[in-house]
Amino acid sequence: MKKIERKHPLAIRWFHWINFPVLLVMIYSGILIYWANDIYTIQAGQKIFFAFFPDGFYKTLSIPFRLAEGMALHFFFMWIFFINGLAYVTYTIFSGEWRYLLPNRNSFKEAWHVLLHDLYISRKKLPVKKYNGAQQIAYTAIILMGFGSLLTGLAVYKPTQFGRLTAMLGGYEWARAEHFILTIGYVLFFCVHIMQVARAGWNNFRAIVTGWEVVEENKEEETIIVDGVKEIVNKDND
Amino acid sequence: MAEENYSEDQFRKTVRKKTLKSFALFFIFICCVFLGWNWLSHQPKDAGALKPLRKAMDVNENIFSKVFSTSDLEPEYPVSSAVSRVRVNGNYGMKSALDTSSWKLLVVRNADLLSTADTIEISLDEIKKLPKTEVIFNFKCIEGWSQITWWGGVRFSDFAAHYQLGMKSCGIIEKGTEGEECKYAGLTSTDGEYYVGIDMPSMMHPQTILCYEMNGRSLPMNQGAPLRLIIPVKYGIKHLKRIGTLFFSDNRPKDFWYERGYDYYAGL
Repeated sequence: MKKIERKHPLAIRWFHWINFPVLLVMIYSGILIYWANDIYTIQAGQKIFFAFFPDGFYKTLSIPFRLAEGMALHFFFMWIFFINGLAYVTYTIFSGEWRYLLPNRNSFKEAWHVLLHDLYISRKKLPVKKYNGAQQIAYTAIILMGFGSLLTGLAVYKPTQFGRLTAMLGGYEWARAEHFILTIGYVLFFCVHIMQVARAGWNNFRAIVTGWEVVEENKEEETIIVDGVKEIVNKDND
Repeated sequence: MAEENYSEDQFRKTVRKKTLKSFALFFIFICCVFLGWNWLSHQPKDAGALKPLRKAMDVNENIFSKVFSTSDLEPEYPVSSAVSRVRVNGNYGMKSALDTSSWKLLVVRNADLLSTADTIEISLDEIKKLPKTEVIFNFKCIEGWSQITWWGGVRFSDFAAHYQLGMKSCGIIEKGTEGEECKYAGLTSTDGEYYVGIDMPSMMHPQTILCYEMNGRSLPMNQGAPLRLIIPVKYGIKHLKRIGTLFFSDNRPKDFWYERGYDYYAGL
């Protein structure tokens, strides 16, 4: 027997899907700004492995000479990004959703297990629950990164008014580099996130739109308590 | 058996119906996002920036100039930190030849009072007689680079106090305006090609100087000799070189980069 089970609250789905286009605009306008002083490279000594970004990349996205536009977009959408992020954090705190999201002392071990499993190294079955250890770590880290973007962004945007913050982050130049690195982090997160969503399948993806999942309601169902959270462990499911 | 199949069928139908409903709403949401973006990118422009974004820039100016302190000092560095090769960026307003020996700064006390506009001409020697202030700070270009540079000149607030500038009354007594500052200062290059407008609190900031020295020597021609503005609380676009005219007004003076889509305030 199958049944429908609630998974993601409406608020979380809104925050998630608002954040997607807003973060996209923030990254895009960020590239428009970065182009005007595109100094970052990956290098060892004098050997440059990669320069952010190649000309072809700029041309394809028609980036050059749009600094003013980039700043105008960035300093408008930053408010939506900030408010949406703040609303998400506030909601997770007051709704109790944080219990599923925050890593606990088992998360790191479990994340290792998930990693081995996802790289096809281990065949041990994964725990079936809302967020496994790897997800808890990833989804908490991305929020911390968002907070980091906010701070480093503010340090670059108003380095005199927030002089102490800028100094704490290693100065103006460093704050700008950190802001950039965090953005690269989002892009990497996005790639892994898309791959994992694709692997997890339709039922999982549907849940972030509809809010519910179809689950097997059967014999070998077992309820366990992990850190005060009731979880359904379904032994039949992979 | 048949009954179970029926109920499973029923369940599948329910799931399909619920899924379709949610995804229809999701599709509408996606459409709204695209329509919103489309709406934004087709808005008329105000001084080179899309109107809603221009509005946001003005709101940001209000927030950062009113909610947060604007009297913070930009950190200063020892002379040894200052670079010797100072980057030159932008030569707008400096394309023609200039005879620096005959140069004088033209000051318009209150540009809003046209009938009584009272102007004065001040030579570089007179400016140099005022107490000298040096500032060694991290100069920030709006493009995203920065450099620790060393500048010398007269603190703008000292200069304004000495010549009694920036006041609404500007010599004549108008009721209720005694001792009240104009809202803006405007600066124009000698050839009029480059111009900036700056809010008075930033002009009167203790690190804002009318600069005639760089790295302890006379200001080079390509850095805006004979006199340029150094205003650490603003991006480089506001540090006008080769000042020709200085005026005060309650209306936003025209601004070169503002007209090209940048933020008027450009404060740091």
